[in-house]
Amino acid sequence: MSNARALRQLPVLTTLLIAFMLMIVPMPAAAEPFRPDWLALVLVFWAMTVPRSYSVGIAWLIGIVLDVAQGTLLGQHALALCIIVYITVKFHLLMRVFPLSQLTATVFALLTLYQFLLFWINGVAGVTASAIDYWGPVVSGTIVWPFLSIVLSGLRYRVQTGG
Amino acid sequence: MVGSQSNSNPARIPALGFRALALVTLSILLMWLDNREHHLDTVRRAIGVAVYPVQIVVDTPARLWSWLRENSASKNQLQLENSRLRTEALITRGRMQELAALKAENDRLRAMLDAREQVRGEVRVAGIMAVDANPYRHNIVLDVGTREGVYDGQAIVDASGVVGQVIETGLTTSQAILISDPDHALPVVVNRNGLRTVAFGTGEYNRLSLPFLANNADIETGDLLVTSGLGGAFPAGYPVAVVENVTRLPQEPFAEVTATPAAALDQVREVMLIWTRKQDDGAGDE
Repeated sequence: MSNARALRQLPVLTTLLIAFMLMIVPMPAAAEPFRPDWLALVLVFWAMTVPRSYSVGIAWLIGIVLDVAQGTLLGQHALALCIIVYITVKFHLLMRVFPLSQLTATVFALLTLYQFLLFWINGVAGVTASAIDYWGPVVSGTIVWPFLSIVLSGLRYRVQTGG
Repeated sequence: MVGSQSNSNPARIPALGFRALALVTLSILLMWLDNREHHLDTVRRAIGVAVYPVQIVVDTPARLWSWLRENSASKNQLQLENSRLRTEALITRGRMQELAALKAENDRLRAMLDAREQVRGEVRVAGIMAVDANPYRHNIVLDVGTREGVYDGQAIVDASGVVGQVIETGLTTSQAILISDPDHALPVVVNRNGLRTVAFGTGEYNRLSLPFLANNADIETGDLLVTSGLGGAFPAGYPVAVVENVTRLPQEPFAEVTATPAAALDQVREVMLIWTRKQDDGAGDE
């Protein structure tokens, strides 16, 4: 029983791991500001699809790990991820029936909020960064979202039956 | 989709708001602790050990690529490279002899002046992992950590100049800040005349700025800046940058001076760590 359950979690955990690796994979300096927030996107997708299993707790934990990997303030990404996942779970029924265009607009808003939270915390902690470091991921993340959601939807049915 | 979960009212996730609020509060507490005090270094290190395998996996393709390239190089190429390196080694060895004589002379003069002996630390080569760190800073991840005796604030140089310093140590990896980071300041002296100043990062890999030089300061394009050793983190005398441009503004109290770092900050793959403290005996050799 628990074994079968663990097996169903596997696709989700794999996508999260891949997203995590994409967050730290080196990129050419020019493309660097346009790295999509892979973890935020994948977490939003799973929070929308299986909110019972993937909710604020796991988002927070992953955020802490991301903070350690990137050397940012411990809790910065955790807080931002936690809040956008909270909003996603809160409105997951609504988001599921959105057409793709509307859903992409919602994701744009979530990513903007995510970057704003990071920006805000950076401001309080005295870390300066240029505007492109904040807007770049929002733009690229929104562009990537439709394709990502199609790929992840393929995995969804296997996961969801046990949700 | 919705139907599959409708057996127990799917809109209700138990205690979601409460959990979110608790986690947000916890994050704020953590950030406050992390920013003010440095009590969380052990927590960071513990989680860092868990992150390490992922970093290794991400780093592997780059490592594999350079390994493949080395292995697929033709014999001819290798011979060419070998002869080039041999010439280089010869020249370097020749310079070293000169240096030994100079060092002896320097020691004698210092002894005559009763000056404090200069610290020349131990050195170790470290690799830069092909892993991206903090997006808001110029950081690099090194493949050595406290296991090898790395400590916070340790100086990092490459073959041509100062690269940066360690700001965070894990067990097996450590993060370092480059001198080009906007939050980094480095005490330097002009090699030509001993003029002291501070070099700040600008956020661009190929530019440092020297904001505290008066309009009448004796500084020219092409002057070499070396570490002054005043900050305590860097040993004195390592090349930092070459002055690129001096703009004197009569209406302003300070001149606008920029410099180009001696080290190729965005291209280095291997760096040298310098041990200047005595406490790390034994851990840092070989």
